[in-house]
Amino acid sequence: MSRTRIDPVLRALPAWLVPLAMLAVTEFAMRASGIESDGLARPSEVATALLGLIGNGEIVLRTAETIGAVTIGVAVGGTLGLLLGVWMGLSPTAARLASLTVELVRPIPPVAIIPLMMLIYGLGIKMEAAIIAFACFWPMLLLSRDAVLGVEPQLIEVSRMLGLPRRQQITKIALPAALPRIFAALRLTLGIALIVAVTTEIAANPIGIGYAIISAGLSLRPEVMYAFLFWLAILGWLLNTGLVAMHQHLFGAAYGEAPR
Amino acid sequence: MNQMTSRFAPSAAACAVPAIAFDKIRLDLGGKCVVDDLSFSVAPGEFACVVGPSGCGKTTLLRLVTGLLSPTRGTVHRLGAFVGGPSPDVAIVFQDYGRALLPWRTAAGNVALALEAMGTPRLERAARAAALLDKVGLAGHGDKYPAQMSGGMQQRVQIARCLAQEPRILLMDEPFGALDALTRQALQDEIAMLVRDSGATALFVTHDLDEAIYLGDRVFALQANPGRLAQVIDVALPRPRDQLGTREQPEFLRLRHVLFDHVQNTH
Repeated sequence: MSRTRIDPVLRALPAWLVPLAMLAVTEFAMRASGIESDGLARPSEVATALLGLIGNGEIVLRTAETIGAVTIGVAVGGTLGLLLGVWMGLSPTAARLASLTVELVRPIPPVAIIPLMMLIYGLGIKMEAAIIAFACFWPMLLLSRDAVLGVEPQLIEVSRMLGLPRRQQITKIALPAALPRIFAALRLTLGIALIVAVTTEIAANPIGIGYAIISAGLSLRPEVMYAFLFWLAILGWLLNTGLVAMHQHLFGAAYGEAPR
Repeated sequence: MNQMTSRFAPSAAACAVPAIAFDKIRLDLGGKCVVDDLSFSVAPGEFACVVGPSGCGKTTLLRLVTGLLSPTRGTVHRLGAFVGGPSPDVAIVFQDYGRALLPWRTAAGNVALALEAMGTPRLERAARAAALLDKVGLAGHGDKYPAQMSGGMQQRVQIARCLAQEPRILLMDEPFGALDALTRQALQDEIAMLVRDSGATALFVTHDLDEAIYLGDRVFALQANPGRLAQVIDVALPRPRDQLGTREQPEFLRLRHVLFDHVQNTH
């Protein structure tokens, strides 16, 4: 009975109320309990710190470094992975010859090559981008290979029945059919790139966001640390929302499917 | 045996070079014999229907004609030539239109794919595709994507794409099996007319006995495990056929009876 009356109200509630309410409750609880800790900061303090970081330009500088490294890393590693993956998907011989090598090198955790890349590139964005590229190469390789292998076999039969030459079977059937899944792979890869970027910065790049987080933590300034964490959440959300919108725009009407 | 149903007997028309000829076909797939000792031929311009229980190798027969599949023993000839692989002379309408159309291409784009494969000049493609869509009753729907069309419309797009090939042999694999009854009847009449106009030879697989009699000049009934030819029925019903009149004719009912008896006996 009462459900039918409450339902319309519940349905009208926007999703952004939840994080906002959580912040308000945290602020209120921390003020009420008077808690003081090196690991905690009130939301209001975090907001002030964030505004300060925006005001002095530090956040712009650090974001440019992190996003720059992510962009270069994904562009280089993702493209190479995509090309090799598509090739492995199309050619059973290539897949067979490459498989052992891929399975041997892939398990190496990307952060394990930080020392190696530091020897080659020193500290800085080049070293970071190289590690991100290494991390992005593998998922892109495997997922684009699977995307090509997963192309509806009947479409391939259609192209053979029509007498399309092999080249056009690839360009007109296999690649467009694999495209939505390759795009999904790109989304996943970008998520991985962000993780590897921040990890690398914590260890070895003093300009990026990751380094700012650990130095704020070590200098007992939790409000700055939380400000950067909050900023990372916003960045990740923007990235994903943008890519989902792009997916919808590119494949929505034509492919008749929505991304998840 | 009934006079009108001849067992393994070639029809008079089959004496010319047949459009499709199966000669003592045997096919093993995964260690299992799918089709065994199957011989029959289809005359040029004939509308041949294949019926039979599931697992009797109906779809396999079509794939043998396309050349996507080769028999273990025996030979398949198309228009007098040994089948070595797919040929633009042969078109196939798949049952599952949802997996046979390119979802990223519009109806016109899907039809144009066949024209691209044939090397039709770019400038002529749009007009040709539009004319073909018009022919299958989809005038004005060329800009729609498959996901925006009903099942009947999608199947029409597939038929238009096959017609674009100007095939001499048109294979159809239960093309109307997934459609509602009214759409199915409309498409039956359309396909009968399109095939007659094109002069192509049709090999039509269905599990619907009425549909087989309604469309076919001859009906080949198969039995399962392994797939073998069980019975051939000549359909001497006048054309053009008509959904109401033809289905009420005594001859239609008699053939229907013969086929149903046959299917019940071989099950």
